[in-house]
Amino acid sequence: MSTIEASPSPSLVPPVRAGRTRRPSTLTAYRWELRKLIAQKRTYLGLFLAVLLPVIFVIVQNLHNRHGHGGSIFQSQITQSGLATPVLMLEFQAYFMLPLIAALVAGDIVAAEDGNGTLKTILTRSVDRGQVLAAKTLAALTYGAIAVFLSAIVATIAGVASWGVHPITTLSGRVVSASEGLLLVFAANACYLIPLLTVICIGLLLSTATRNSTASVVGTIGLVILLYILAGIPGLEGIKPYLLTEQFHSWHGLLRTPTDWTPIAHSAWVCALYAVPALLAAYLVFLRRDVAGG
Amino acid sequence: MTVAERPAETAIEGSSGEGNADSQPVRARGLVKRYKEVLAVDHIDLNVHAGDVYGFLGPNGAGKTTTLRMALGLIVPTEGKVQLFGRDPISEGARALQGVAGFVEAPRFYPYLSARKNLELLAALDGDGARGRIGEVLETVELSHRAEHRVGGYSHGMRQRLGIAAALLRAPRLLILDEPATGLDPAGMRDMRALIRRLADGGITVLLSSHQLPEVQELCDRVAIVDKGRVVYEGALSDLRRQGGAGYRLRTTDDPRALHILRAQPGVERVSGGEAPHEGAAGLSFQADEQHVGALSLALGAAGVGILALTPELATLEDLFFRLTEGAGEDTRTAAIGNGHVERTPAVAAGVAGADNTGAPVTEQPGTQATSPTGPTGAS
Repeated sequence: MSTIEASPSPSLVPPVRAGRTRRPSTLTAYRWELRKLIAQKRTYLGLFLAVLLPVIFVIVQNLHNRHGHGGSIFQSQITQSGLATPVLMLEFQAYFMLPLIAALVAGDIVAAEDGNGTLKTILTRSVDRGQVLAAKTLAALTYGAIAVFLSAIVATIAGVASWGVHPITTLSGRVVSASEGLLLVFAANACYLIPLLTVICIGLLLSTATRNSTASVVGTIGLVILLYILAGIPGLEGIKPYLLTEQFHSWHGLLRTPTDWTPIAHSAWVCALYAVPALLAAYLVFLRRDVAGG
Repeated sequence: MTVAERPAETAIEGSSGEGNADSQPVRARGLVKRYKEVLAVDHIDLNVHAGDVYGFLGPNGAGKTTTLRMALGLIVPTEGKVQLFGRDPISEGARALQGVAGFVEAPRFYPYLSARKNLELLAALDGDGARGRIGEVLETVELSHRAEHRVGGYSHGMRQRLGIAAALLRAPRLLILDEPATGLDPAGMRDMRALIRRLADGGITVLLSSHQLPEVQELCDRVAIVDKGRVVYEGALSDLRRQGGAGYRLRTTDDPRALHILRAQPGVERVSGGEAPHEGAAGLSFQADEQHVGALSLALGAAGVGILALTPELATLEDLFFRLTEGAGEDTRTAAIGNGHVERTPAVAAGVAGADNTGAPVTEQPGTQATSPTGPTGAS
């Protein structure tokens, strides 16, 4: 910048505009939130964890040439159908690993920008705070969904590659075809998204309120652990059906014959009781908060 | 260039088309920001007019950045209101920032993205054809050759320039810059000033926060000086310098007697010193025009007081700044702010008269003493 001329630069002067200017949509902001996620290395840490466990599981099963004894009905089918692997992986990861992966991004998505000072950069553009938060929420939810389905896809591929595509027996003892089994696998993962996205909403609230990534991630996981502990305390059985962590296995209803929608419907409204206030609180905090970080 | 000479209003005619073209770029009234026990900003009023290069001066911790944050809607005032082209950034959000750009503290970017990607992101959040200006603004700040490099590897100066580029993407009518030259080397500072000058000459109103007095002196035509969260002066920089600088220092053979003569002499104002001279500050100081100085010298001679030295004192902005920000005493004065709006502010040093934005001196309020009987109160 050594030769900047002190001459007028008419091109930099705003043009005369006759009408209302067009402001960017929330979708545009959402797309850029995804791009930012894609550009960050830490994004891949969570996704790496999501695919690592199925791969390790299948390798270990192959090395030990296990024939699947004991445990759940799906454990006993490991070597009989590759479709048992994604179901088992969902069972294993649903309670801690996937909430952790979701919290990594949800807890970070607002707080990190606040800490780095980039939040004030984007809040001085032409998008409203509500749009920014909506875009971040959608991006975090998208990330959670990608993590779940990526894990399911990798588990399915690894399982099928090892043990082939064969009919699978459901929780009710009914044998379903491979194609129906595959459909149930992904429906179960979709159903699991209900509580997982709720975890993301809570992470987002903590991220917005605490302005601290670590506190938000740890706080989200800490809450999940707390709910597990509450579920195990004698005398608190009455609240157990309403604990978020109890919704992590509502997808089991899909693997019964006939399909048991009761736990799924229950999960939906219980999760809404957690997610809606969390999102509303995040919105209100974000709307009025002072942005002075960075 | 004076305010009156600027083609100011033409610069905002192309506004949103929703009736705010004639509004002031920045108008703040009674802005207060309190953090628990700390009063960061204490009833600040600001008036930035179209075409101004407006200096927002103050020592560190005076409340400059907090005020700019409120102006950009980043933090919510505890009291008071700020409007940008007639719109409130707190209640109207992004709508109020239409035609406004800038940064507070250092501009921040995504270090893992290139400069171009950063600008593409911001352009997407700006809409309105901002994307088409990316090449142009990179060229303007001379970062085209590093546009594909990650911002994480940029020097401080490059980030500052990228901050300007990001602001220009919005084709702003008002540019709010918080200490844009801070941390730059001398050449970087010079170039930054040249760039700001160029933008201002192009018709952009600039609100420039700074504690670098040469920068303000070189760039700004109007200033607000803040200290401890309050505006202690707002008006034309030329008025500030003229009012503050038309002073004389007088050493005589009999200073106490000379003091009485000065106080009685018509046209002589803001007399200080003489009663309790101390080492290094002997003599008297006063303000008067040349005609009255001539009459004064005759009066002193007639009274038998010998003149040892009579020296004109031209105050620099630095002098005035320190008088205003370090010399606050118990008395108060008036300072003009805005179009006829007058506010009582904390005491400031003798020798700095308020002036409204038309350059007219402001009448002292009743009971306000322009001349300190106890010497150069507040004068550094």
